[in-house]
Amino acid sequence: MITGTPSRLAELGLTREQALEMYYYMLLTRRMDERMWLLQRSGRIPFVISAQGAETAQVGAAYAFRRGQDYFAPYYRDVGVVLVAGMTPREILLGAFGRQADPSSGGKQMPNHWSKRSLNIISGSSPVTTQLLHAVGVAVAARMRGDDVVVYTACGEGSSNQGDFHEALNWAALHRLPVVFFVQNNQFAISVPLCKQVAGGSVAARAHGYGIPGVQVDGTDVLAVYGAVREAHQRARRGEGPTLIEARCIRLTSHSSDDDHRRYRPPEELEAARAADPLIRTRTEWLATGLMTEAEEQQLEQRVAAEVDDATEWAERQPYAPPEFALRHVYEEG
Amino acid sequence: MALLSFLEAIREALRQEMRRDPDVWVVGEDVGRKGGVFGVTQGLYEEFGEQRVQDSPLTESAIVGVGIGAALYGTRPVCEIQFADFIFPAFNQIISEAAKMRYRSNSDWSVPMVIRAPYGGGVRGGLYHSQSVEHYFTSTPGLKVVVPSTPYDAKGLLISAIRDPDPVLFFEHKGLYRAVREEVPDEPYTVPIGKAAVRREGSDITVISYGKTLHFCLEAAEELAREGYEALVLDLRTLLPLDREAIVEAARRTGKVLIVHEANKTHGIGAEVASIIAEECLFDLDAPIRRLCGPDIPAMPFAAPMEQFYMLSPEKCLAAMRELAQF
Repeated sequence: MITGTPSRLAELGLTREQALEMYYYMLLTRRMDERMWLLQRSGRIPFVISAQGAETAQVGAAYAFRRGQDYFAPYYRDVGVVLVAGMTPREILLGAFGRQADPSSGGKQMPNHWSKRSLNIISGSSPVTTQLLHAVGVAVAARMRGDDVVVYTACGEGSSNQGDFHEALNWAALHRLPVVFFVQNNQFAISVPLCKQVAGGSVAARAHGYGIPGVQVDGTDVLAVYGAVREAHQRARRGEGPTLIEARCIRLTSHSSDDDHRRYRPPEELEAARAADPLIRTRTEWLATGLMTEAEEQQLEQRVAAEVDDATEWAERQPYAPPEFALRHVYEEG
Repeated sequence: MALLSFLEAIREALRQEMRRDPDVWVVGEDVGRKGGVFGVTQGLYEEFGEQRVQDSPLTESAIVGVGIGAALYGTRPVCEIQFADFIFPAFNQIISEAAKMRYRSNSDWSVPMVIRAPYGGGVRGGLYHSQSVEHYFTSTPGLKVVVPSTPYDAKGLLISAIRDPDPVLFFEHKGLYRAVREEVPDEPYTVPIGKAAVRREGSDITVISYGKTLHFCLEAAEELAREGYEALVLDLRTLLPLDREAIVEAARRTGKVLIVHEANKTHGIGAEVASIIAEECLFDLDAPIRRLCGPDIPAMPFAAPMEQFYMLSPEKCLAAMRELAQF
């Protein structure tokens, strides 16, 4: 696989510059996530929920979508997705600090509930899987108006047990709607492992009952994910309907800052997860094959570090909304 | 003007709004070729086609969830839940999503959708085709809840609901569909959401109701008048937001208030209306506030004697009104 990386790029129609941009987003996703843990552990933000281990899956998937044209109904781990979709580190940290200028919610929602209409990022809630139906609805409406729109929506493998998951797949499949369902299977629904969550063990297999492709892909391989999602995106645009993609991912951290996964994951397993860190894997491969030089990698690290520092310092200085702001925007204000 | 039933008035509102605005569309179970199990959407499929009159799979959460997505995109879905009793699979989508979308996105996103549902009993529908569910929703800011009682209001309020920028639940008492008729203007018109209407003037007691039981109250009021008492009858029309001003005004006029609804009493709309009156004009009252409601049982039983026991009637309303008038 290592020697083949540049030829895989060519097969996917990606330039080296695009690959480096993908690496930038993966790195940014990781460093943003790490920063939020640091802020939480030092008492500067109350909560963090993590994407570490899913950077390759998220960036690979989001990179197949057209920023500003396609729609995103992400889930709460999708920091890499919303970064690729156009959210800035400053905007994401405004949300983590709960500041008034937070474009997602003005400080009303917990961190990682991103939203920005100008980027076609749809606001999400915390009860899982509801957004899959919204994605289907966007596709219904876009078709009604004759618009060229493909919708990205995502959830975890635990969420694939929810009724809304199946209702969304069925509806989208019935009408051959342009939706890509992207399941990030990190093997755990908080503490409950895949074998106690998903009968049959495969989320992708659930697609077959709806007569649509169910694709399993190595979520730690950014190019494999990109390839699978790009194909699903093309199918959607050709009017061939939705695709269910299951990206097999790794969860490197606890579910959230309120969880300690050492209570339910043995040390050897955590060790193995760290050894399979997809960001390190990508870096190693890309450096080994000359896709990325060490100088370029250093440069990206420095750029990302500067952006994360700037975003942290700037966002923390921004004011909270006044308390009475809690009363605003219940209904349209005249 | 045309003499329209409650059901026909609803259909006319849908048809006229769909003609006016290509973004308005209808989705629900059996709304297409069949025209709905009650026939509300009959003829719309033929006129507007299957894309704008969509038969959904049998999935209430999806009817509302897909509607939300389509509303986010800027269209104006009118979702039909076949019976209000079946709305609970969609409860999460309504409460967690539709009601909170504007609030949680700082008004960046909004959900201009209508959810129509036939409610109410007295049709031998048993536990799951008879329920009044409005109170599950009226405690959720972000939603609007409308319950018309006349064909004129049904048309005008539905047009308002479709044009409203926020999610509106529109409950239609199925016992009114073919039971009431009146002259309704041919052209489109709106009736404002959030405004109650005085249906009958009176100076002895105030009766506050909505939906089908409003008609029982009006019938009882005529009977009561023969006994020498005049009842003011207020039709709430919108349950969220409540028309506080009209409620307080109506209570002050007579100082004796009876609130009537088919939904069970505990935590019902009557409790909120009574609280508003207690907060705003307790010292204008000449009698304790009374409530006449469905009994506090899980739902309406099927067998005729038990169903009749549950249901309100002009006779039950008259008895409660007389008692209050004589207080």
